[in-house]
Amino acid sequence: MSPLSVVLIPFAGAVLIGLAAKLPRLRDALSWITAIAFFGGIISQIGPVLEGAGRSQTVWTLLPGLEFAFSVEPLGLVFALVAGTLWLVATLYAQSYMKTLRYGNLGRFFALYAISLGAAGGMAFSANLLTLFVFYEILTIATYPLVAHDGSAQARRGGRIYLGYLLVSSIALLLVGIIWTWAAAGTLDFMPGGVLIGRLDPSWLPLLAGLFMFGIGKAALMPIHRWLPAAMVAPAPVSALLHAVAVVKAGVFTVIKVSVYIFGIDFLARTGASLWLAWVAAFTILAASLIALTLDDLKARLAYSTVSQLGYVVLGAMIATPLAILGAVIQLAVHAVAKITLFFAAGAIQVAHERTKVSQLGGLGRVMPVTFAAFAIASMSIIGVPVFAGMWAKWYLIAGSLQGGHWAFVIVLLASSLLNIMYLLSIPAKAFFGAPARGVDDSKVREAPWPMVAAMVVTAGGCVALFFFPEPLYMLAQLVAEGGKA
Amino acid sequence: MTIVELMPFSVLVPLIAAPVCAMLPGRNLPWALATLAALASAVIAATVLPHVMHETLHYAFGSWEAPIGIEYRVDAANGLVALIISAAAALALLWARTSVNHELRPGSQSVFYGLTLLCLAGLMGIVMTGDAFNVFVFLEISSLSSYALIAHGRDRRALVASFRYLIMGTVGATFYLIGLGFLYIMTGTLNMVDLAQQLPAVADTRVVQMALVFIVVGTGLKAAMLPLHLWLPNAYTYAPNFASVFIAATGTKVALYVMIRMIFTVFGYQYSFSAIPLGAVLIALAVAGMFVASWIAMFQVNQKRMLAWSSIAQVAYMILGLGLGTVAGLTATFIHLFNHALMKAALFMALGTIFYRIGSVRIEAFRGLGRQMPWTLTAFALAGLSIIGVPTTAGFISKWYLILAAMETGDWLLVALIVITSLMAVVYIWRVVEAAWFHERPQGAKTVSEAPLTLLVPLWLMVGLNFWFGLDTRLPVAASGAAAKSLFGVFAGVAP
Repeated sequence: MSPLSVVLIPFAGAVLIGLAAKLPRLRDALSWITAIAFFGGIISQIGPVLEGAGRSQTVWTLLPGLEFAFSVEPLGLVFALVAGTLWLVATLYAQSYMKTLRYGNLGRFFALYAISLGAAGGMAFSANLLTLFVFYEILTIATYPLVAHDGSAQARRGGRIYLGYLLVSSIALLLVGIIWTWAAAGTLDFMPGGVLIGRLDPSWLPLLAGLFMFGIGKAALMPIHRWLPAAMVAPAPVSALLHAVAVVKAGVFTVIKVSVYIFGIDFLARTGASLWLAWVAAFTILAASLIALTLDDLKARLAYSTVSQLGYVVLGAMIATPLAILGAVIQLAVHAVAKITLFFAAGAIQVAHERTKVSQLGGLGRVMPVTFAAFAIASMSIIGVPVFAGMWAKWYLIAGSLQGGHWAFVIVLLASSLLNIMYLLSIPAKAFFGAPARGVDDSKVREAPWPMVAAMVVTAGGCVALFFFPEPLYMLAQLVAEGGKA
Repeated sequence: MTIVELMPFSVLVPLIAAPVCAMLPGRNLPWALATLAALASAVIAATVLPHVMHETLHYAFGSWEAPIGIEYRVDAANGLVALIISAAAALALLWARTSVNHELRPGSQSVFYGLTLLCLAGLMGIVMTGDAFNVFVFLEISSLSSYALIAHGRDRRALVASFRYLIMGTVGATFYLIGLGFLYIMTGTLNMVDLAQQLPAVADTRVVQMALVFIVVGTGLKAAMLPLHLWLPNAYTYAPNFASVFIAATGTKVALYVMIRMIFTVFGYQYSFSAIPLGAVLIALAVAGMFVASWIAMFQVNQKRMLAWSSIAQVAYMILGLGLGTVAGLTATFIHLFNHALMKAALFMALGTIFYRIGSVRIEAFRGLGRQMPWTLTAFALAGLSIIGVPTTAGFISKWYLILAAMETGDWLLVALIVITSLMAVVYIWRVVEAAWFHERPQGAKTVSEAPLTLLVPLWLMVGLNFWFGLDTRLPVAASGAAAKSLFGVFAGVAP
């Protein structure tokens, strides 16, 4: 399949889902068909990419010399695979969750859910920055109604912060960075080795890199991170698929993409232009972890954990050694699998228990063992404990730091692991071994409906599977790291 | 008929149709004639445009060759503006019927449509003519008819607004005329090309410098350049909704075109930018306009007034591109001229459509309206995205070229200012979106149904054009580039 048709599948699906809004069964069936077709389309891109001949196509000319074009390369494929695969699982989860909690406007909800995934796919397969930017903005705008879905004052406020941060950062900084790149390089195409060498005075490089890194608000580099906790007013499936996977990973995907194919990692590493941003990322990693420690609201804590974990990817991209890039790509994938599990669990707890605070979870592990087991597995994956996939990310990120001679970042990564244990693993520990709060009777609490539990089990299984079979992911990530050298 | 002979008809058709229209009985006939005349004018302008991309066509009226007679001189710059004006008028008229029926007494409609055509003829005349005095004549035609259009507003404040506009508009036109008088004293000619040839000999006189100042101020006033903008908000707010759509999409742009034409073709840009600190002044006023007007727009309760302030800000972007004094800057000005007509027409149409149903354009009346009039409000939101400059909309293309032009001059502060002010648009558009979709309909508010198709179809056509020209940018980009180059005399062999 051509990249364009893969990208169009969710958009077409969204139209159909919207039309079938009043017919729940048909609507749900269409959601499934769309997700499955999209997944199939992405799978069909794997073969050509591994043969070194990813499909590319030019759709039309937007401005003279600037095409609306797609090109499939390893990094985009990793992102698309992550998003496409997890969309399948999330569909299972979301349909059950939204119905159990009796949300309204489900036609709009699932249509926008599909559009968001289509936008993520469009970003993944973009052949140049302009195409990517177009889908980046579609993703922002399509997810805003999902965040403000229930229409309460709090949801509106969250939605406003969400839209404000993402739209403002992208227009004020990212767009300026893109136009500057265009003015300097005369092209916005993603090229192995970058397009800026010899075309931009290296003394401007730190500033341009800053415009990109802060402009890509979806990567949630501090201080452009406030939108992510604000987005937690959304229903759990949105937080899970979008704010743990599609949206935030679209952000860090763009970070890697720009570092490798616009700046060129050699150029970055040689000039040290991005090192100041690596420090910002390091600060983000630690500061967000410390904030997470203080939060009692489960989803807010997970959100800050995401901010911290996204910092890993930015850190890897900004260190810009091949091994660090490798680590960043792997982190993009494995964190997605782990974090979606955590959000699934948070949603399941909410459905079964109607509670959202960490302090209320004592003893709940005994009545919801599967949920909290999945939570524990995903937490350990994020911490980087062996037999869980997260370890590989941390492994290569540390190796990448050493490759660049940056000892300090190794310490940051290790300190972060320690903080992860404190704010993540403490939750299932409390659930399994803690005592219920006084006056609370949990004997009637059951696990969430089976589709939600199944979704969690699958993604938790993914955390283990990717530890034992990291080969395909590693291969693609390796291609990205090599492609960067050129 | 050759293209050259066809050219003047884009002015003549509406001019001749205007009195006929005013005399036609009933409501539908005048509307049909007005729409057809505007469409014809637009078709002629569209036919002419490809022929003037690389050369200048001129037509001598009554075969009196310039500088004795009056000639129409069309190059890419006015070819493009003529198309923008006439096409916007035609699309606005397509939308007009239901709205005008709703707001105007049946008896006054034929005159109203006649005035619209007269105004269009005046605007087209200003654009097409190669004679600087002829510009003044057409300026008066279009201005007088637009005062009358605005005074048709149902709100009694429309009369005051119209009167204020009349005073200010006359001051502006007089300034232009004084400047022109100075030029005539010094050269004895009123033909633009002839002026351009004779002015260098007397360029170093205070009189010519003053003429330039008077003309820039006079046209600046008509273009609502800060601080000469005060006539605009009330005029746009209290005019009948159709008049708001029509004038917002056309009026200020033509004045800006005259300013550009005089600066570049008559005085020559090298003279204009060196005799007086034109670039610095225009940039300063533009930046002030972008900020002040966007800022005020954010706090408006009456949404027509909000769009009026937004228009002032958007014109300021065009003035900014002009003030940069580069080909890239002027290209951006023309692109935005084109795109802004699309977005403002769509937004005013959306407001007019809402007004048709709920009889108000105040933001609190919009609460919860998104569910009752989904198509109208969605159209507003989409056109709003274009004003913000979200990619795939026409507004994005404007912003792209404007930022690129500012970057080219190396002025980073300007880049930052453009970006910051365009973000203010997010605020004033999003207030409406939030009111419409994320507030409940207030208790006791009447339930309304979706607007009729006669309003919705033209509205969505306009919204569609905003996206069409955000994706297929060949026409505005190529024509604007050609316009800027011809004004800079690039293909006349003069280096920019």
